[in-house]
This record gives sequence, C-alpha cells and structure tokens, in this order.
Amino acid sequence: MRKNKVFSRKILALPYAVFLVLFVLIPLFLIIAYAFTDESGAVTLSNFRTFFSGAHNINTLMFSIFIGLANTAICLLLGYPAAFILAKRNMNFGKATVLLFVMPMWINFVLRTAATRDLLFAMGIKGGEHPYLSTMIGMVYNYLPFVILPLYTTMTKMNYSLIEASYDLGANKVKTFFLTILPMTMPGIVSASTMVFMPTMSSYVISDVMGERKISLIGNSIQLYFDQGLWHIGSLVALIMLLIIAFGSFCTETEEEHTSRGGLW
Amino acid sequence: MAENIIIELKNVSKHFDQTYAVDNFNLYVKKGEFITFLGPSGCGKTTTLRMIAGFELPTEGQILLNGEDITLLPPYKRPVNTVFQKYALFPHLDVYNNVAFGLKLKRVPEGSKMRRLTTKEIDKKVKNALKIVDLEEYETRDISTLSGGQQQRIAIARAIVNEPEILLLDEPLGALDLKMRKDMQLELKEMHKKLGITFIYVTHDQEEALTLSDTVVVMKDGMIQQIGTPEDIYNEPKNAFVANFIGESNIYSGTVTGDKKVRFINHTFDCVDEFPKNEKVDVVIRPEDVHITKEGEGMASGKIVSKIFKGIHYEYIMMVGRNELVIVDTRNLEVNKTYGFDIEPDGIHIMKKELTANIYNDAYIDKNNRVVISESAFECDITSLVPGSTLDEDGYVLGPDGVRYDFTDADVIATIGLDKIEILDDDEAGIVRGEIVSIIYKGDHYQLTIRTGEDEDFVLDTEYTYDENDLVGLSVKAEDIKLTLKGEAKKYAKK
Amino acid sequence: MSKNKFSLSDFLCKFYVYILLFVMYAPILLLIVYSFTDTKIIGKWGGFSLHLYKALFRDKEIMQAFANTFLVAVSSAVVSTILGTLGAIGIFYSGKRSKAFLEGLSNIPVMNAEIVTALSLTILFVFCGITFNFTTLLIGHVVLTIPFVVLSVRPKLMQMDPNIYEAALDLGATPSKALREVIVPEILPGVFSGFILSITLSLDDYIITAFTRDTAFQTLSTYVYGVTSKKGTLPPSLRALTTVITLIALVILIIVNIKSSKEKEK
Repeated sequence: MRKNKVFSRKILALPYAVFLVLFVLIPLFLIIAYAFTDESGAVTLSNFRTFFSGAHNINTLMFSIFIGLANTAICLLLGYPAAFILAKRNMNFGKATVLLFVMPMWINFVLRTAATRDLLFAMGIKGGEHPYLSTMIGMVYNYLPFVILPLYTTMTKMNYSLIEASYDLGANKVKTFFLTILPMTMPGIVSASTMVFMPTMSSYVISDVMGERKISLIGNSIQLYFDQGLWHIGSLVALIMLLIIAFGSFCTETEEEHTSRGGLW
Repeated sequence: MAENIIIELKNVSKHFDQTYAVDNFNLYVKKGEFITFLGPSGCGKTTTLRMIAGFELPTEGQILLNGEDITLLPPYKRPVNTVFQKYALFPHLDVYNNVAFGLKLKRVPEGSKMRRLTTKEIDKKVKNALKIVDLEEYETRDISTLSGGQQQRIAIARAIVNEPEILLLDEPLGALDLKMRKDMQLELKEMHKKLGITFIYVTHDQEEALTLSDTVVVMKDGMIQQIGTPEDIYNEPKNAFVANFIGESNIYSGTVTGDKKVRFINHTFDCVDEFPKNEKVDVVIRPEDVHITKEGEGMASGKIVSKIFKGIHYEYIMMVGRNELVIVDTRNLEVNKTYGFDIEPDGIHIMKKELTANIYNDAYIDKNNRVVISESAFECDITSLVPGSTLDEDGYVLGPDGVRYDFTDADVIATIGLDKIEILDDDEAGIVRGEIVSIIYKGDHYQLTIRTGEDEDFVLDTEYTYDENDLVGLSVKAEDIKLTLKGEAKKYAKK
Repeated sequence: MSKNKFSLSDFLCKFYVYILLFVMYAPILLLIVYSFTDTKIIGKWGGFSLHLYKALFRDKEIMQAFANTFLVAVSSAVVSTILGTLGAIGIFYSGKRSKAFLEGLSNIPVMNAEIVTALSLTILFVFCGITFNFTTLLIGHVVLTIPFVVLSVRPKLMQMDPNIYEAALDLGATPSKALREVIVPEILPGVFSGFILSITLSLDDYIITAFTRDTAFQTLSTYVYGVTSKKGTLPPSLRALTTVITLIALVILIIVNIKSSKEKEK
C-alpha cells in the first residue's frame, strides 16, 4: 500500500497532545499511585484507614457535599427565573444586561469575595460570629453568574412554539412549565449544576475568607496536607473527589442522553 | 494517438479501509474534451476526481498527465484547478482577492529565473476572468453578499484564471435551483468552447451529463459501467443499470427464441442484436420507441391504466398482461381502453444478463453442516456434495460406497437463484440482514440488490415495493442453495 | 392588545432582574464608593479624598503583584492560544479514535475540581524534583486555560466550508500557506475569544496559582488572600484597587462588545 504523502494536518495536534499527556494524564496517574502508597513507596491502604478513621474527615466530606448541594439549589432557584426573564423576547433585555451578570467574573475572585465580606461586615454580619451564613452568602454571590450563563444560553435556543402548543393543547401555566419548559431547559440545568457543585465543595477560599477559617471544607483538607507536604494522604482526598466528579459526570451524561432522546418524558 | 491525450488513469484503485471506492479504473481523456463522470452517490466519481486533483492518492495505479506520472504530485503542483461542489470560496476575501488568490502564488519563468506576476498582470487576468463569467462590476463585493449563482461564477473564475490544463468540476450546479441550473449548463458549454481546455465534470444528474458532455463515463460501485458519447449511452446502454440510470426505460427479462427474435412480456418481437438461442437476456425499451396503434392492430396490445400530462407529451402506463409498459406519446388517448402497440426492431435493446444467479465463491461449510456466506450460516443440503449420499446420526455424510465424509471447513461455491431468496421486512428475522442498494423495475417485478455489513451482495427478484436504503432480512430454504465443492470430495473422507 | 399596556407581571419580572443585579453589585459598589474617602472602616464616611489611590500606587507590593498577575495571564494566554489553536485544528482533522482520545483528555481539566488539578501538578513537580518557579506556574495556568481555547476554536472549524483548504492547495498554495492564509483567518474570531477567555480565567485564578507558584511570587489573588484571610476587613488601599480593576474590566468588556457587534453587522 502506498503511504499518503499529502501533508497531514493531524500532526498539528502533536504538541497539544504531548502537553496534555505530560501535565494532565500523568499527574492524574500520579494521584492514584500516591493514594495507594506511603512515603517509602510501598503499596498500602493505610491512607484510607487514616482518612476514614477520623470522624473529623468524614464530617468534612459530608458537610462539603451538603454545602455543594445547598449552593447549587439556591443558585438555581435564584438564577433560573432571572435567566428565563432575560431570555424572554418581549422583555427586550439586550445582551448587555446578560453581560452585566457575567462581569463580576472579571473582577478577581478573591477580591470579590473579600468585598462581599466587607459588605456583610458593614451590615453587622460578622464572619467570625456567623460563619455558616456568611459562607453560604459568599458562595451564592460567587456562583450565581455561572448558573445564569448556561441557563440563558439554553433558554434562548428554546423553541417557543412548543410552549404555545402546550397552551393550545389545554395545559395551564403550571403544567406547561413542568411538562415543556423544564424538560427543554434540562441541559442548561445540568451544565449549570456541574459548574457550581464541584467548585463549591472543593474551593476553600470562600469559606476561609467569609467564615474566617471557622469552617473546614474538603478543599481545606487538601490545602492543609499540601502545606504540610503530606502528598500521599492528600492524593487520597483528591482521589475521592475525582470519584465524586466521575460519578457526577456519569449521572449527568445519562441524564443528558435521557433528555436528548426527546419523547415527552 | 498518444499526443492528443492529456490525462490517463491506469488501473487506478482507491480503498478506504476495506471498501473499494474506485476499483481498477482505466480511462484516457483527450485534449479539449468535455468528459463527465456520471453515477449515483457513492459510485466513486468524486473520489476519482479528487485523485486527479491530488487530494487523494490512489491506493494502486498511475495517473499520467501529458505522459508524465503525476500520481504522487501534491495538488499545489498540478496544472489542474477545481470548481468545488459548494464553491469553497474564501469568506474572508472579497471577489477580487478570491480570483487573484492563485495568481498571487504563481511563478512564471523569466529568462532562467522564476518571478511572481506583477500587480498589473494579475489585475488584467482577474478582470478578464470576471468578464468571462459576467461579473465585472463585483470586484470589491463580499462573498457573503452574492447569490448562489454568482458565487458559482466566482468559483469558476477563480479556477480558470490560472489557465489550468484541465478544469475539474465537482457537481458544480448541485446547489442551484432548476432554472438557474439550466442557464448555467448552457453557459458552461459556451465557456468550454471558448476556453478550449479539458473539462472533467462530475454529476449524478443524467440529463446534465447528456446535455454537456462529449463523453460520458457511467460509474457504479467504483467501476466503470460504460464509456461513450451521450448518444451511445442513451441508445445502446451496455447493461440494465445504465439503461435504468440514463433516461426512462422499460426493462424486462427475456429469452432469445431464434435468429434475431426475442420473447418477453409473453410476446415474441424482432430485434437487431444477435444472441445465441435460449440465452436469458435483459431487454430495454425506451418509452418513446413504443408506438401506440388502434386496438387489434400492432404487434401486441394492452390496456392504458394511467395518463400523466407532461407538457409536450403524455406519459402512459399500459398493462400488457401482468407487465407494465411506460410509453410517451403526443396524442391524447383514453384511460381504461385497450390499444395495440408496435416496437421497431432497433428500438429493442438486448443485453446479456449480468447475473442469472447469486454465486458465492468463498463460502465454506461450518461444523454444523451449514454453509457460511458473508459471515452468516445458512441451512443447506450438504448431502448434495456427494451424489446418492445420506446423513448419518453423527452428522457425517455417508456416501453410497460406505465412505464417511467430514466437510467441516470445506470450501464450496454456493449458488442461489434470484427467485429463491426470501426478503423479510423485519431485518432481524432473516439469516442475514442488509441494506437495499439498488432497485431495477422489470415490468412485473423488481430486482433488488441487498448489501450486507460484510459487503456481500444478494440479488433477488420480488413483486413487492421497497425503497432504497431500507434495511431488510434475507433467508433461503436449504434446498435452494446449490453447493459445489472446491476440490475433490476424497480430501474430506474420514479414515 | 396594545403594546403600551402596563402589565404587572412584566414589571415584576424586570424588577426581579434589576434587584438581583443591584444585590450582586452591592459589595463592589460599596468598595468603590468608600475608595474615595480616607477611613479605616467602611460605613463611616470621612469626606472625599483620593488618598487611597495615592497609597495604592505607592504600595510597591501591590504594584508588583499587579504586574505579576498580568505577566502570568498574558504569557499563559499566549501559550494556550497557540498550542490550543494548533491542537484544535489537528484534532479536527484526526481520525475517530485519536479525536475521541484527545477530546476526552481536553475535558479532564474542565470537569475536574481546580484543587485536584492543582494538587496533581504539584505532585508531578515534586515527583520530578522540580522546584516551583515561574515555569511551573505558567504550566499550571496553561493547563487551566488551554481546553477553553480548543472549545472556542472548534465551532469555528465546524462552521468552515470543508473544501476551502483544498481549494487553496488547488490554487497553488503549499499546506502551510493554505493553513495561514485560509484556515487561520476563518477561525480567528474563535482564536480571539479563546485568548480573552484564557486571560479571564488566569486573572481570576487563585488555587492553581497558590499551589504551583514560587512562594515569593505574589499575584493579586495570593496577595489579597494573604491579607484578608486573617481577621478584619480589607486594607483600605484595596478598595482603590477594586475600583481600578472594575474600571479595566468595564473598558475591555465595552471594547469587546463593540468589536463583536461590528463583526456581526459585517
């Protein structure tokens, strides 16, 4: 067989592929390897035992998951109507208003969080006294734009004649919402949730700044191990988070498949 | 002969993975010719064009341009230019710069050195090319502001401005509406005359091919079916596929009954082609070659069952016994009335039947005494391999002489008649499933070709209507598979 | 129905959007307002003054962090944009299997929690015995931003007429010339938005920076985190910094917006 000598554009991806393998794939394998070994390099499960025998660790993990879920729910509840109103044609909201919602992303995230803390402080809510409330408010402030953007995008692509068809077929507003609008916007809800849940439970900056270090999330654990150079147990915690991400993306994938398959339900 | 040949393809084949897109293609094109590759989608016509342009390299074979081997030459070094299907104009450049693109890259000899074209030279050539396509005023226009027809003209101007030796056109009119297409056809023909260069044109539209070309190459499944002038192709189709693809035609299965006599639709007609007696043949009759007469006159008769007004003429369907005959006639005749008809001997085109049965040369017997064709095992009568044999209780073939044979893995030739394959709407229900790739109507039945996932074809006759690309299941009764052993039966005798 | 008819539900809808925007901007607005007075604590107005701005521009540490942040953002965005654009083109023309592999790999940093990415890189550097320096920080930021360049370029490639590259070759352009003169201009808007996205993500980042930097190297994120994660409110000069950053963001946003609306008009 003759080899194709026509210049192949595939090789342009070579540097990119090498970069990804070196700095994404290999580090991930290292995490897995480190999680199952100790300082001397011997294979061990002691990292698991250490982590899961500490009640504090399990508490942190469960609390992180809870705060992730709570933040996702609050952001969706606040962001969904906003995105819907922005996308509605008769409201005449321009792209500029949408951009206004996104612009806080351009101001440094730590600075933004500190500003929120100062506002709460001025209002008399001190982080040290109300760590949970402050942290929650900080989280919502930070992640609301991440919810509005994907929801807005799916909603602008929504086929409005389906909503009219639903009214035409006799569904009232509530039924129309649950039977047509919600299923149609599901892909947006899914991508919004993935953009909020994981970062919320893993980031430690917001809880540190807002809660004045009175709250510990799973991100704090990793950061603590990092500071102390405890790579192996740190890797184990990272591995647990990887598993949660994998589980989450598996669930959302089947969900997306479900919604993309159409049908009424 | 060699000097006026511009391009020659010798034994060119191209396969992608396992499938042959082009199979042993041999063709030469004369200087200044307008040649068209015609065929249904997937027949390999575009792949052949892309090999000439240099976008694909042939897996085997050679391409010669003016006698020189250009098989491996990259596209940017070939003196050929292409007009693409959807024009492929550069959206970021205006009309002028699209046309000038090739000229700016060109080097021309000056003394012993090569030099670029000057701005003046480029300007002159671009303006001239735009004049040829009637778009002089459009130089500074953005591509996106042009209509489909205008973009088409720019695409042609961009190609011809480089003065290629061959202009390749890949379904250039495919995206235009009917009226526009007709106008552009005439213009292309004019342009070809004026420029005097070779045009190689690809289309699936038979009318376009007949209108434009000096020579038509009809292709199917990567293979050339017929090469000839439009008249040849229309009047003397080489096989049923060509007849079916080019123009309207009635196709029947017939038998040669004597010297220049052929029998089909239950009547015997005179013909001009000589074939051995009793030969099974395909008979093709163009609708305009049938002359309707009064009832009782003519060679045969039938009842008109449908009439459609087509502008200049009527199209009738006449039932001759169980067979449909399509006829065009300018007279306004009555439906549900019986008429006679004549067919002149030179209106009856007879061609050797391509296929009288499905023959599978690489079939083999599996350990359950089934025959494997296209990775699927069919029940068969394995005792037919040894005359007078029976099957013993262990599943071995017991010969009349008492010898036991084990035919596991024996290579056989399996033959299945066209009428012996049963077609099932449920593609899971058969022994093998496949996709309908061609349908030829033969008066009272359809001849279908079904291609399996393993690329094996099953051809069968059916009375029922199917659509191309339908997925169907196929099954065959055990007694309808004829087996012929490759090699001697002795080899398989058990000791 | 008249268009001018007052509709209560429409009014409530608009009110909701504006009130949400107001709440979201309240902290930033508060800092901006109090950047024009010289008081230690927000809430007590001490009269108009530009003292905080003077203090800000005199603060060498902040200015250095400011410069560092931009250095990291621009250099990582440049690397990401070049590598990612070539990668996107290469992936687009790859076979099924390598395409699936590379696209899957590109998705990992997008899906992954930033802190896991940060830790995995740290372990890689520690494992290889590399001391943290500017290059490790740069690599961290490129890992963070490069998938987004690929994601912004890919749709432009898909919208492109698949034959224009071949048309360029056909007209005598060499492959590299066809790439530069035909493909690159076609995908340029995608490349540009990939670049802007990279800058944004890099400017905003804290975690990867904190993990992969040389500890002496301060960016705005690490500097602000350092001074605020302790008790109390923001140092007053950071209010002025917030105003400056908001102003810069606003200007860039307006420029980008005008540019994109102009492109659409075209």
